[in-house]
Amino acid sequence: MWIYEKKLEYPVRVSGTNPRLAGLIITQYGGPDGELAASLRYLSQRYSMPTERARATLNDIGTEELAHFEIVGTLVYKLTKDATVEEIKAAGLAGYYADHDRAVYPVSAGGIPFTAACIQAKGDPIADLVEDMAAEEKARATYNWLINLSDDPCVTDVLRFLREREVVHFQRFGEALNHLQEFMAEKKCY
Amino acid sequence: MAAIDQRMSLLRSIQELEFTALELNLYLDTHPDDPQALEYFNRTSEELANLKMQYEQQYGPLLSYGFGKNAANAKAWSWAESPWPWEM
Repeated sequence: MWIYEKKLEYPVRVSGTNPRLAGLIITQYGGPDGELAASLRYLSQRYSMPTERARATLNDIGTEELAHFEIVGTLVYKLTKDATVEEIKAAGLAGYYADHDRAVYPVSAGGIPFTAACIQAKGDPIADLVEDMAAEEKARATYNWLINLSDDPCVTDVLRFLREREVVHFQRFGEALNHLQEFMAEKKCY
Repeated sequence: MAAIDQRMSLLRSIQELEFTALELNLYLDTHPDDPQALEYFNRTSEELANLKMQYEQQYGPLLSYGFGKNAANAKAWSWAESPWPWEM
């Protein structure tokens, strides 16, 4: 069960229309290391976790990722909603426009639609938590590259917030993994 | 202060408090026996509930599915008409 809250986790402001930047940031909406992938990965893995701490961490971080999915969608929407067709063409987004107009659709920066093939739920809790730590680092790196590409300070501010969350999540997954390893080592003693 | 600024300022305070609560929530998931963090979480969560109640009375529900309240003076359903986060 989820309850929708009619607000963003972090306020989103943009300086103006910027379809070029939107076409890059959209990768954190529907790309392989994006927020949708993160959320589905964690929320799917939580069922087969053997410890309370791992289940809670996956559930709660998976939920926060949905809030980030909304933040990224809001960025893309605000950067493109007033773009003219000429501006969209100049930004290299004519192909996207042909399929989606100015709608927000989950694709990578390279235009590949979202696919669950980029995530795993292995059933092996150590393998899953290690994947989650890698996922957080990949998302952090993506936000780094997006910050390098951003020419809008308001957007950069939001990207910095999202990058920081990846660092915190990495830390929490590491703690859940350490605890899980202790739990599994204890289980073998009899 | 203009009405819209007042609303955004209250919303901003809610966002700040809720972020604190979320951060403590994730920390407590892996440190369930930290009494200081638990006390901080309980205090934040209470403050947050008060601010949300104040917001909902003035501007309508923040939460769907009956977890939020319709604005005190509203005669109609205010959930659908108040602005969505991407419209603010």
